[in-house]
Amino acid sequence: MSVLAVIEHDRGTIATASLGVLTAARTLASQMGTTVEAVTVGANADALSSVAAQYGASVVHQAHHASLTDFGPEAWGEAVAQVVKKISPQVVIGTGTERGHEVVAQVAARLDLPASMNCTEFDSAFTGAQPLKVVRARWGGSLLEQAEVDASIKLVTLANHTVEAVESPATATHTVHEVELNDSVMHSFVQDRVERVAGVTLATAPVVVSGGRGVGSAEAFAPLEELAGLLGGIVGCSRAVTNNGWRNHTDQVGQTGTRIAPDIYIACGISGAIQHWVGAMASKNILAINTDKEANIVTKAGYAVIGDLHKIVPAISEEIRRRRG
Amino acid sequence: MNILVCVKRVPAPGARINITEDGQAVDTAFLGFTVSPHEECAVEQAVQLVEKHGGEVTVLTLGPAEAEEQLRTAVSVGAAKAVLVPITESDWDPQRTAQAIASVITDLENANGKFDLVLFGNESADSCGYQVGIRVALKLGRPMVNGAKGLDIEGSVAKVRRESDAGLEIYMLPMPSAVGVKEGINLPRYPTMKGRLASKKVDVTRTESTGSVGGLKMIQLQRPPERVSNTQILGTGPEAASAVVDLLEELGVFK
Amino acid sequence: MSEFPSRAKCVVIGAGIVGNCLVGHLSKLGWTDMVLIDKGPLPNPGGSTGHASNFIFPTDHNKEMALLTLASQQQYIEHGMNNTSGGIEVARTPERMEEFNRRMTSAKAWGIDSTLLTPAEIKELVPFINEKILLGGFYTPSVSVVDSLQTGTLMRESAVKAGHLQVFANTEVLDLETKDGQISAVVTNKGRIEAEYVVVACGVWSPRIAKMAGANIPLTPAVHQMADVGPIDVLQKTNAEVAFPIVRDMDTFCYERQSTGSMEVGSYAHRAIFMHPDDIPSNEASALSPTELPLTMDDFDPQMEQAIELMEMLGDAEIKYAINGLLSLTPDAMPVLGETVEVKNLWSAAAVWIKEGPGIAQLVAEWMTYGYPHLCDPHSSDISRFYPHEKTEHHIYARCDEHFNKTYGIVHPREQWASQRNMRRSPFYPREEALGATFFDARGWERPQWFASNAKLVDKFPAVCEPREHEWDARWWSPITNAEHMQMRESVGMVDLTAFNEFDFEGPGVVSFLQYVCVNNVDVAVGRSVYTPLLTPGGGFRGDLTIMRLGQEHFRVITGAFDGGRDKYWFKKYMPTDGSVTFTDMSQALCTIGVWGPNAEKTMAKATQTIDADGKLIPFDVSQANFPYGSVRDVLIDGVPATMFRISYVGENGWEVYTRMEHGLRMWDTIAEAGKEFDIIPVGMGVYAVTGRIEKGYRLMGAELESEYTPVEAGLARAKVKSADFIGKAEYMKAREGKPAAIMCTLEILDHTSKSGIKRYPTGGNEPILTKTGERIVDAKGRVSRVTTAGMGPSLGKYLLLAYLTPEHAVEGNELRVMYMNELFPVKVARVGSQPLFDPTDARMKS
Repeated sequence: MSVLAVIEHDRGTIATASLGVLTAARTLASQMGTTVEAVTVGANADALSSVAAQYGASVVHQAHHASLTDFGPEAWGEAVAQVVKKISPQVVIGTGTERGHEVVAQVAARLDLPASMNCTEFDSAFTGAQPLKVVRARWGGSLLEQAEVDASIKLVTLANHTVEAVESPATATHTVHEVELNDSVMHSFVQDRVERVAGVTLATAPVVVSGGRGVGSAEAFAPLEELAGLLGGIVGCSRAVTNNGWRNHTDQVGQTGTRIAPDIYIACGISGAIQHWVGAMASKNILAINTDKEANIVTKAGYAVIGDLHKIVPAISEEIRRRRG
Repeated sequence: MNILVCVKRVPAPGARINITEDGQAVDTAFLGFTVSPHEECAVEQAVQLVEKHGGEVTVLTLGPAEAEEQLRTAVSVGAAKAVLVPITESDWDPQRTAQAIASVITDLENANGKFDLVLFGNESADSCGYQVGIRVALKLGRPMVNGAKGLDIEGSVAKVRRESDAGLEIYMLPMPSAVGVKEGINLPRYPTMKGRLASKKVDVTRTESTGSVGGLKMIQLQRPPERVSNTQILGTGPEAASAVVDLLEELGVFK
Repeated sequence: MSEFPSRAKCVVIGAGIVGNCLVGHLSKLGWTDMVLIDKGPLPNPGGSTGHASNFIFPTDHNKEMALLTLASQQQYIEHGMNNTSGGIEVARTPERMEEFNRRMTSAKAWGIDSTLLTPAEIKELVPFINEKILLGGFYTPSVSVVDSLQTGTLMRESAVKAGHLQVFANTEVLDLETKDGQISAVVTNKGRIEAEYVVVACGVWSPRIAKMAGANIPLTPAVHQMADVGPIDVLQKTNAEVAFPIVRDMDTFCYERQSTGSMEVGSYAHRAIFMHPDDIPSNEASALSPTELPLTMDDFDPQMEQAIELMEMLGDAEIKYAINGLLSLTPDAMPVLGETVEVKNLWSAAAVWIKEGPGIAQLVAEWMTYGYPHLCDPHSSDISRFYPHEKTEHHIYARCDEHFNKTYGIVHPREQWASQRNMRRSPFYPREEALGATFFDARGWERPQWFASNAKLVDKFPAVCEPREHEWDARWWSPITNAEHMQMRESVGMVDLTAFNEFDFEGPGVVSFLQYVCVNNVDVAVGRSVYTPLLTPGGGFRGDLTIMRLGQEHFRVITGAFDGGRDKYWFKKYMPTDGSVTFTDMSQALCTIGVWGPNAEKTMAKATQTIDADGKLIPFDVSQANFPYGSVRDVLIDGVPATMFRISYVGENGWEVYTRMEHGLRMWDTIAEAGKEFDIIPVGMGVYAVTGRIEKGYRLMGAELESEYTPVEAGLARAKVKSADFIGKAEYMKAREGKPAAIMCTLEILDHTSKSGIKRYPTGGNEPILTKTGERIVDAKGRVSRVTTAGMGPSLGKYLLLAYLTPEHAVEGNELRVMYMNELFPVKVARVGSQPLFDPTDARMKS
C-alpha cells in the first residue's frame, strides 16, 4: 500500500521533473493515508535515495541490474514493472517527460494496466479504494480531459511544470531489488551518446528569445541570436518558422516542439497560436514584441512592446551593451 | 524492406479548440482532418527509407470509415498499401486500440511475412496517450524506442537517434523492430497532384478487429482556464528598449 | 490604445478590401468622424480578402461590372499595388472560341487592349502549357495581380492620417440598434457606438450583421477551391511574384496563377458548396482563417486532372496549401450595394470581389455623399432590386447553385434561369400554357416570350420571319415573335403585363410628394396620366414610369417588373413621414392585359360595359372622343370591374387593362372571345419588350436610361419644365441649357453578312458602335457608344440598334460600324432623338 514515484535520472543525475513527482505523490499519499515510496532504476542510482528522502519518500526501491548503466526504455520499464509487481502500490506516478512517459507506458504494457499520461490534477477525494479520477492534458495542453483510471494499480505521469517541488525531509529505507532482464529488453538501450556541447538547452535556458513568422527570414534571426547571447539565453521559434525552413526543428517551442519554462520568454513576431502557446505557457514571465497589440500572445503575455521587432530587438541589445558599458 | 506505419486521423484545429456540447469530443464541424503530425513524419521517414533501400510502405489506421482519407493521404506521399481497421466509436482507449492493432498486424504478417519496421508517432496529437506503439510492440515482441529524431537502416539494424537534455542518444534495434517517430525527424513532403490522383486508385483493405475495453476512461473534455493577463505595455517601438532592460534587471535575468 | 468612442457619424463594419477602401473614399469626400471595426486582427482580419487570388481580368460583358473593375484596377495602379502579368483565357472548345470573339467585342467596348492568340502563340507566352489541347486564347496584356490587403491598408491609413477615422480590430459586433426605422447604434464587445450611418462591409458575414438590425442582405458564403502547388523550377527561376501570364482554362472553369515559385490552381467547377454565415468558425477556432476552410479533396480531384493535362509540371508539384475558400455569392451574381430597404442609413457594401472592390468602395462612398453614385449607375447592384422571394435562403441557394458553375461559363445575354421557376404566375397562365407559351423569367414572373399557337403566322409573314442561321443569334429567340408583331400591327393582340408593379399613393400630401420625386407635372386632371422620368440628385435617370391619377388624392404608379423594387424604395425614401401620404403596393393584387392593334378598339367595344345614370348596364364608349389617349377609365368586362388605361408601349391604339387577380382569367377569356372575329392573338414579350418598342424608339430603364444619362441626352426632355422643385432639377436645368455630350439614336444594320457568309444579328449586349475605320466613339464625358437594345423592326423590315452617339456622329444617314462577335457590320443612323421610326406622328395610337 503506497504511492510510488518513479524517479527519472540520467546516469545518476536526477531529473528535476522527479522532484515534482515526489511532491505530488506525497500529497496523494497523505490524503490516502499511506506512504510515498520511490523507485530508481540502475546500477548507478544508489545516491538518489537521499534526494528522494529529501522530498518525502519513506522507502526507495532500487531496481538493480549490473547492465543498467544507462537508459533503455524497455529495460527500465521491465525493471520498474518487476518492482511494481512485487510491492503492489496503489498509484504509480512517473515524470511527464519523454523518458517518463515511455517508462510508464512500458510498465503499463508489461502489466497490462491502463496508464494516464500528463495528469494535471488528481482527485482530492481519492482514498485508494475507488478508480482514480484525474485531469489530464490532451492536445498538448490545449484541452483537458477528465478521466478515470480503473485498475488495481493506477499508472500515471504528472504533466511537467504543474507541481512545484517542495522538500519534506524524511528518512528513507533503501531497498535493492535485483531485477531479471532478458536480452531482448536490452536491444533498446542507449548504445552511444553524443554529449551536448556545453551550454544551455532550449528546455533549460533561463532566457528564450523566440521568433515567429513575423521575423521574415532565416537571416533575420541574427538580432535575436545577439540578444539571446547577451542574456545567456537561447533562440527558439514557432512552427511557422521551422515549416518555412528558417530554423531547425530543435529550436521549435510548442506542442510538437519543446516545452519550456524559462525565467523570461521573449516572443518576437509570434501571434501565439495555441499550439505554440502550450509550449511556452509555463514560462515564468513572457514579454511579447509584436506589431499587433491585439495578437493572442500580447493579450496573454505579462509584458509587451508594440512595434516592429526588427527595430526593437536591436535597440534592446544596444541598451544592454550601453548599460554594461 | 517492408515498413508498416500506424497513423491516426485527428482534427486540424485552430488556435482555439472547441468542444461539443456534451463535452465528449472536439467540435469538428468546420475542421479538416489530418494525420497526427508525428505520424506524418513517420510516413515520410518510411517512404524515404524505402526509396533508399527498396521495399514498400503499408499504412494502417484504426478509426472511423472517414479515416480512409488519411490513409489515402499517406498513399499520395508514397505508401503503397493501406489498411483500415474500422471502429464505430469516436475513439478507443489505448489498451483496446493496441490489442486490435497488434492482432491485425499479426494477421497481415502471417499472410505476407514480417514487417521489418513498424513505425508509430511519438504520441497522437489529440489524445496524447504516449503508449499505443509501445503496447503493440510488446505484443509483437519487437524492440521499441519512442521519440526518434533520426532513423536509418544499417544492415539488419535500425539505428535510432533521439535527443535528450544530455545529448544525442543512439539506439541500435535489430529488425524486426518498432520505432515511435517524433516531429523534426524530417520535413514531410506534401502530396503531389499526381500522388493524390494515384492514391484514389489504391484499394484500402478493411480489416475488422477488436480488443477488450481497457481501464482508462474519458469522462469528458474541458477547456483549460483562460489565462487572463493584464498585459503591461512597456512601450511602442525602439524607444521601449530602456523599459525592457529595466524589466530584465528587475527579473534578475540581466546582471 | 485610443478610447473606444461612444459616438461617430459613420461606423463601417468590416476591414476587408471594401471597408478599407470605403473609409478612404469617404474621407476624401469629406467624412470626418468615422470608425472602422472588424472582429478579426489587422491587416488580415480573416475574411475573403485575405485568401483571394487577387487577379484582375478586366473584360466583362456587363457594363456596370466592367466600369467598376476598370476603376478598381486604376486605384490599385495609383497605390502601386498593381502587378501587370497579362492573362490568357484559353479555349478547349469551338464554343469557347466563339465566346472569345464576344469577349474581344466587349474588350473593344471598354477600351481594353486584347488580342486572340493561336495555340502556338499561347505557348510562346506560357512555355509550360500543353497547347495541343487548346484551340486558341484571348489575351489581355493588362491583366494584373494586385495586393488587396496592402491597398486596403493604405486606404484605411490615409483616412486615419487625415484624422477622419479611428480603427478597432478584434472588435466584434454584437448588435445593431435602430430607432424609428433608422440605424442608431452599433453594440460591440468593446462598447456601444451611436452612429448616424452604419455600413455593412462584412463580406460573407454581411447577412448575419444586417439581420441584427432587421435588414436583409441576400448573399451566401460559398466555397471556391484553391490549391497552391509547388515549388516548380520554371516558376522559381523567374524570381518574381508573377512573371507568366495568368491562365484561365475557361472550359474546365479553372485558373492557373503563378505565385512566386508555385502555382495557384483555382476552380469554379466543383459543386456549389454553401455555408450559412452563422456557421462560419471564429478566427480562433479556425485552423487557417474563418474563410479558409479545409479543402474537400474529392471535389477538387477532377480539376487536378484537368490542370495536369494543361500543365504537366503541376502533377509533380506538391500541394502545399489547399482551401475551400469562402466568397460571397448572390442570387444574380451581382453585388449588393446601397442603403438597405428595411433600415434607413444602414448601408450594404457586400458581395464584392477583389477585382471590383476599390471601385465599388468609391461608388458607395459617392452614393452616401451625393445621394447617388457618379462613377456609374449601380442599377444591377442596387440592394433594393430584390423582391421578397428573392431574399429567401431558398432562392439564394437555388440560384447560386445554378450560376456558380457559370462563373467561367458562356452566358447568353438572353439566358434563362432553370431554377426557381414558376415562383409567380399571372391568372392567365393556364391559358398561356395551353397556347404553347415559351415562358421567360421576369423576377419570378413567368412571362410568355412567344406562343407556339402563333407558329402558323410565320408562314403568313415570311419576309420578316427568316430563321437565324447562327445558333447563338437564335438562342432564346423565335421568329414567331416577328409574326406576332405583324399580326398585332395588322389586327389585334393581347399581352400579359401582370408583372407590372402598381404602387398606390394617397392622401392630402400626395401631389407635393409626387411632384418632388417626378420630373413631369403630376398635377393633372383625375382620370389622366403622366409619363415621367425620376432623376437622381445628379440629374441622371433613376426611374422611368407612368402615373395615373385615380382621384384627387389618389395616384397609381405603374412600373416594370425589373424596376419594381428599386422604384418602391425610391418613392418610399422620399415619402413624407407625417402621415399625409399613404402607400399601398397593389402589385400582387392586380393583373394586366395589354390589348393593342388596329382592332383593339373594336374588340374592347364588344367586351366592355358600364352602368349609366339609371343604373342600367350599357356598352361602354371606347372611342377616342370619349376616352382619349393617356386617360384612365373604370369599366365592367363581363361583370368584372376593370380599369382601362389608354396608352401604348408598342405604338398601337389600345389599352392596358387592369383588374384584380381573381378576376383575371374571366377577363382574359372575355377579351379573347371578343377578339375572335378579328383573329386576336396572344402576343409575347418578344414584341412588347423588343420589336414593338424598338420600332417606336421607346427607351427602357436600365438599358437606354441610366443615371449616367440625362433626359436631354435620351431625347425625353419636354418643352417646358414645371415650376415645382423636384429631385435633380438643378442639374436637369443645367443639362437643358448646355449641349448634350451624347444623343440617343436608332441605327439600322445595313448588311448582316459576316465573313463566314452567315447572317448575324447582334443580341444587344453592349456591342460597341465604331467609326467606319473601327475607332471607338467616346463622348466628352468619357462614355462609350454601345448598343443598349437590339432587335428586329419587322414593320420596317430593318434590324435596329439603340445607342448613344456623340453629336458629330448623331447625324441621320451617317454610316458607322457595329462590332459583333469581333466583326464589323455597317450601320446607318436612322434616327437621332426620340421620334419613332415607325409611325413617326403616332397616328396609329390615336386613331
